[in-house]
Amino acid sequence: METPVLERGQEKAQTQGVVDCDVHPAFSRPDQLLDYLPERWKTHVRDFAVRTANPLLGTLPYPRMTPGNGMRRDSWPPNGGPPASDLAFLQQQLLDQCNIDYGILQPLAAGSVAFNQELGAALCAALNDWQIDKFAGPEPRLKASICVPQEDARESVAEIDRRVTDRRFVQIAMPPRTLEPCGRRRYWPIYEAAEHYGLPIGLHTSAFGYRPNTPSGWSSFYLEEHYAASNSLQTVLSSMILEGVFEQFPKLKIVLVEGGFSWLPSLVWRLDREWKRMRDEVPHVKRKPSEYVRENFWYTTQPIEEPENNRHLLDILRWIGTGRLMFSTDYPHWDFDDPRFAFKVPLTQAERSAIFRDNAVDLFGLK
Amino acid sequence: MSTMSETHTKMARFETAGAIDCDVHPPTPRRADLIPYLDDYWQEIVTSREVDVLELMGYPERTRPYMRPDWTWSGDPLAQMQKNLLDPLGLEGAILNVVSGAHALFDPYLAAAICRATNDWLADKWLSRDRRLRASMLVPFQNVEAAVEEIERRAEDKRFVQVLTLAMTELPLGRRTYWPIYEAAEKHGLPIGIHAGSNFRHAPSHSGFHSFLIEDHVVQPQGFSTQVASLISEGVFVKYPKLKAVMIESGVTWMPALMWRMSKDWRGTRIEVPWVKDAPADIIRRHIRMTSQPFDGPDDVEDVAKTLDHLLSDDMLLFSSDYPHWHFEGLDVLPEGLPEAKVNKILRDNVLATYPRFGG
Repeated sequence: METPVLERGQEKAQTQGVVDCDVHPAFSRPDQLLDYLPERWKTHVRDFAVRTANPLLGTLPYPRMTPGNGMRRDSWPPNGGPPASDLAFLQQQLLDQCNIDYGILQPLAAGSVAFNQELGAALCAALNDWQIDKFAGPEPRLKASICVPQEDARESVAEIDRRVTDRRFVQIAMPPRTLEPCGRRRYWPIYEAAEHYGLPIGLHTSAFGYRPNTPSGWSSFYLEEHYAASNSLQTVLSSMILEGVFEQFPKLKIVLVEGGFSWLPSLVWRLDREWKRMRDEVPHVKRKPSEYVRENFWYTTQPIEEPENNRHLLDILRWIGTGRLMFSTDYPHWDFDDPRFAFKVPLTQAERSAIFRDNAVDLFGLK
Repeated sequence: MSTMSETHTKMARFETAGAIDCDVHPPTPRRADLIPYLDDYWQEIVTSREVDVLELMGYPERTRPYMRPDWTWSGDPLAQMQKNLLDPLGLEGAILNVVSGAHALFDPYLAAAICRATNDWLADKWLSRDRRLRASMLVPFQNVEAAVEEIERRAEDKRFVQVLTLAMTELPLGRRTYWPIYEAAEKHGLPIGIHAGSNFRHAPSHSGFHSFLIEDHVVQPQGFSTQVASLISEGVFVKYPKLKAVMIESGVTWMPALMWRMSKDWRGTRIEVPWVKDAPADIIRRHIRMTSQPFDGPDDVEDVAKTLDHLLSDDMLLFSSDYPHWHFEGLDVLPEGLPEAKVNKILRDNVLATYPRFGG
């Protein structure tokens, strides 16, 4: 085994601020979201709970290693409350310390995966109000995501229509672990709306879903789950391409969030290889899969892969190109990537600017 | 397109090296093939209950991608394999893998009977007719007790060099349920061959079943990577330190990303799996092997060497043609761009180091 070599600090001075594409805001108390629900659903949640595919009500199916369901141990606000629930401390610990000009909020609460579809829609609307009220309203550096109940495409489009004039929302958020492969036509109204409004769709890995996290059933350990989550993003990419989504919506922009990116080159080579010999099965896929990948997909960087020989990451960056990678911290989670130390490989100033700022500024229209 | 003399030089190297092909496919035996190896009860069952074509929905071997037009199974499939592959390449050996519906049968007793009969058929109709051939044995993972029994029954026949299962199974392969199989396999020097394919106990993706066969192909590395993660996390290689697992038809280049992520994640989560004492990447280099076809390689062949450098090991890749599947034309059986210095290890040394029963 080769000894890892640290190459920190080379050209690390980031004069312009960073864009962080994955910030997780938190509730200051477990029932805070109820404040944003209509009375009918407030009562419902209190009486019957929010039912999801997580087999455990109140505990994660793969419990994390650190308190607060996997938080950075230094991220608990001095004024109390859970990590990332206190705006002032988030501003200080994340935005100021890490020189972050913009942070994209990725709420992780259960709106989009609630079994009760009407409740799910209400929870998504509540999450959208809450993001503005507590975070993106008082702090213009934070940008919100329009959470949608994606299994109900009509209701999702209605929620997008209601929010789209509020420019504090910069993307649509849905989970990658959809009930059916997300290239299927049942989801196309959401893609039509996203393309129409020029809003990217961010698909953030989720802690549980309707289907097992491996093709062989449920894994036993979080160690397995954590990597398997990135597989759900691979399925998003191949399903959307092979179902012909981008032939119908050529300007659609898809962001794959919190899955790393080193799996991408191999997947794209595989897609192209299989398409060459199988294309008669999918005549609606007019172009090589890699062309759609280049035009329609973006990736956030965390949890960045750390090769034993860290220069191997340069090969990956060359194969993907730096035009579609967007830096993210995953604050306040345990596997946070710090913009001052992530990417232990030498990058040119232009590459750094692209990954840490410019790509996201262009994609989300942050000026 | 190679010139004739280039082609001859290329092909001579396989013979000179004593190349061993780790993945060739006979057709899955039909009912008529298996009847001679079934007892009266099972003969009656497969006949009256119409158990004949045992082909996996996710790996349909009679469809076009699985059958090169000039490599058919018509006539005597063994004669075809000899004429198309074994003779022209001068191979020293080849391992037969039957990727059959036996892996997907629900009835655990029927599965055991079909596995056993398939192994008998392999020994009788293939292994005994060509000394170059070896085979993976089918055992019913649906019925662990019967699987162990089958391994013990076959163990004396050294022409069986591996135990075969699929990339997508009923439970992740690391689970303790399967450990008696691994104990028997380790005892007899049999690696576990994990072959592309699903028994459809679960959807192949986090989002259910796919619309298209091409998606079932594209998704295979998700099966392989999660099986590797399971074998490591559950501690299979701690309990059975001599066991190896071979990823067959996996695509190869998905592996470094898994190694990097698993080693990084393990540093943060190892209190959950205290029996895993070494970095997953190191465990992978010791215990996991991969066959060379198909190969998901970069467009620029100059970069193929880099994808292999990322493994930090020259021991992991084993030569395979995946005969008769349609991945290449002519006999261009090695992925283009493999570094010369590694080829002889891939063709033979790595294979012999992985399969101790070869030659035994």
